[in-house]
Amino acid sequence: MPVIPYSQAIRDGLYEAMKADDSVIVIGQGVPDASQTYGTTSGLIDHFGADRVLEMPISEASMVGIILGASLVSIRPVMVFARMEFAVLAMDQIVNQAAKWHYMFAGGDSVPIVLRMIVGRGWGQGAQHAQSLHNWFAHVPGLKVVMPSTAYDAKGLLISSIEDPNPVIFVEHRWLHYTTSNVPDGLYRIPIGSPNLIRTGKHATVVASSYSTIDAIKASEILLKEGIDIDLIDLRTIAPLNDAMILESVKKTGRLVVCDQGHLTSGFSAEIVARVTEKAFKDLKEAPIRIALPDCPTPTTRALSNYFYPMPEHIVNAVRQQLGLKNQDPFLNVKPKDYLDSPNKEFVGPF
Amino acid sequence: MRTKSDFINIDKSKLFRKLLRVRMVEEELVRRHSEQEMRCPIHFCIGREAIAVALCESLKISDYTVSTHRAHAHYLTKGGSLYAMISEFYGKSTGCAAGRGGSMHLIDRNVGFVGCVPIVGSTIPIGVGLAFGSMLQKNDKVTVIFFGDGSTEEGAFYESLNFALMNNLRVIFMCENDFYAVSTHITKRRRNDEAIIRIVEGFGIGAYRFDGQDCNSLAKKLASIVDDVRSNGKPVFVQCDTYRYTGNCGPESDSRPDDEVSRWKERDPVKLMQEKLLNAKVLSTDQIEQFKAEIAAEIQEAFDKAQAAPFPLRPDLNKFVFKDASNSL
Ligand SMILES: Cc1ncc(C[n+]2csc(CCOP(=O)(O)OP(=O)(O)O)c2C)c(N)n1
Repeated sequence: MPVIPYSQAIRDGLYEAMKADDSVIVIGQGVPDASQTYGTTSGLIDHFGADRVLEMPISEASMVGIILGASLVSIRPVMVFARMEFAVLAMDQIVNQAAKWHYMFAGGDSVPIVLRMIVGRGWGQGAQHAQSLHNWFAHVPGLKVVMPSTAYDAKGLLISSIEDPNPVIFVEHRWLHYTTSNVPDGLYRIPIGSPNLIRTGKHATVVASSYSTIDAIKASEILLKEGIDIDLIDLRTIAPLNDAMILESVKKTGRLVVCDQGHLTSGFSAEIVARVTEKAFKDLKEAPIRIALPDCPTPTTRALSNYFYPMPEHIVNAVRQQLGLKNQDPFLNVKPKDYLDSPNKEFVGPF
Repeated sequence: MRTKSDFINIDKSKLFRKLLRVRMVEEELVRRHSEQEMRCPIHFCIGREAIAVALCESLKISDYTVSTHRAHAHYLTKGGSLYAMISEFYGKSTGCAAGRGGSMHLIDRNVGFVGCVPIVGSTIPIGVGLAFGSMLQKNDKVTVIFFGDGSTEEGAFYESLNFALMNNLRVIFMCENDFYAVSTHITKRRRNDEAIIRIVEGFGIGAYRFDGQDCNSLAKKLASIVDDVRSNGKPVFVQCDTYRYTGNCGPESDSRPDDEVSRWKERDPVKLMQEKLLNAKVLSTDQIEQFKAEIAAEIQEAFDKAQAAPFPLRPDLNKFVFKDASNSL
């Protein structure tokens, strides 16, 4: 299996889905142009032409309504938001219309649209270009929300999302675009609503999604050196939420740490903790711990963003704390001038 | 219609100096960008400076402006602090947003620069709100809303136009038409570039389309418009055609056609004005050199101070999430 970046896996997923079904179109600002949405739409226009790979005006609100309408007459649109924030302009169409269409018209029509939303981070993205609002969407009945963390999952989940007859919010973390994994050629599917047990262990259950999974993998490696092994569950889909694997794991480990890219308060991590507390209270040996962003907008300066984003060490600490081990503040040795604002040194902005 | 400003003599050499200053700040930013110490998206306005310079010439400090992700010229010409702007790019606590914002969130309330944000179109209604406030407060402040051609695709633009017009608000909708949004040409987003002004006219608002490269003649036209808006209490839409030399974000150029780029560079606003002023003997080369030296010194000082300034501290992370209620009414 070839090893390719996440961004290319997205592109390949689009390619396979478009090849398999003539009604699939891709639309968004910059989709057909030179930058090709961070390489996630490269070359599609050469294969499928300008009728199926489309530019759009900067009119997010009505464009979501427009693809919704098109989907009611058998077009299957994939729309790209280069930042999740831009989709906020279209909240009426997403939340009031797309999410409810099937329900409010008694199950006749449905809205098979995919809204790809890219979450920025680092290198000064700041308050209006770095929010992960996945939790908002997961709160709305009728929307599916997937958050793949690997290139392999990204392709398989994208294909499933496009084939799904419902509106799907497809969340891509910008730092994940650079990660690579084995990705098979051709068409394959990862079912929506299937979490992935990445690692098994007995000491604690760690639940993550999207970029948090990368942090959790790093944490698990650090913990392993200390003789601590964890169950690491990558949710892959946060709505609808399949909690069976989590409950089963907590039954075994008795300890729960949840890592999320959203803010702490009213965040998605709270949902996981609530589920486990409701359904498996007796299995818990310790109070669960949530790792999420502080309740503060994203600061632009690296001097503050260095203290804003949780690091793998936070997850390590949380697990250690559950085991009654001593910890130190993971940010203790971080300096304001450190370059923690990009995933690799080669990166020279802007995300 | 003849207004006061037909008789206002714009000081051409001062105007040129302002134009040069914005250009030189931008060029220095370009030079320093690769040092990787300004770690935030920076949208350059090289090529487009003349519009802000020309318009702000006729504004008072007490007038309001709001802008977008591409705001350097607007901020500087309205009188925003150079040092606070550069500090902001470096993420320092001395920045105009105390490092919280970076280049896309400039502000200087002292000079009526009320803010800029990177969400396309979002400051259009906010600017109308400033003018609405002025109306309620019965003052004659003019509000200028700077935005790109791309912003006119957002519904908020039309909704805001309607409200401004219904309420006779003192707003100048200043559309800088550089023909591109990111790297998509306007003709891929609209039937033609006349469409904007035609639609806007349909609202019944006064609408103008000007050359955005000839700073001096633009300044005259805009002076008259500012006067008009202030005295008549009516909104106006102005589209100025211009061009930016860099790509959407960062100092690099992008893949726009070479002949198109060079065609626009022939009408570079700085070059154009410099030639005219030299030919007319309004300025000598010595005077221009002196301007350059003074501006360079000012820029150097701003950068030195900004680089030496402190970063915000870790305990400050949560500062500014809420305003302390005990301090307000
Ligand atoms: C609501 C929203 N959609 C999309 C974007 C991405 N974006 C950033 S700049 C830009 C182009 C804006 O073009 P224009 O309004 O003409 O301004 P210019 O960059 O030419 O000054 C776009 C689409 C955004 N920032 N906000």
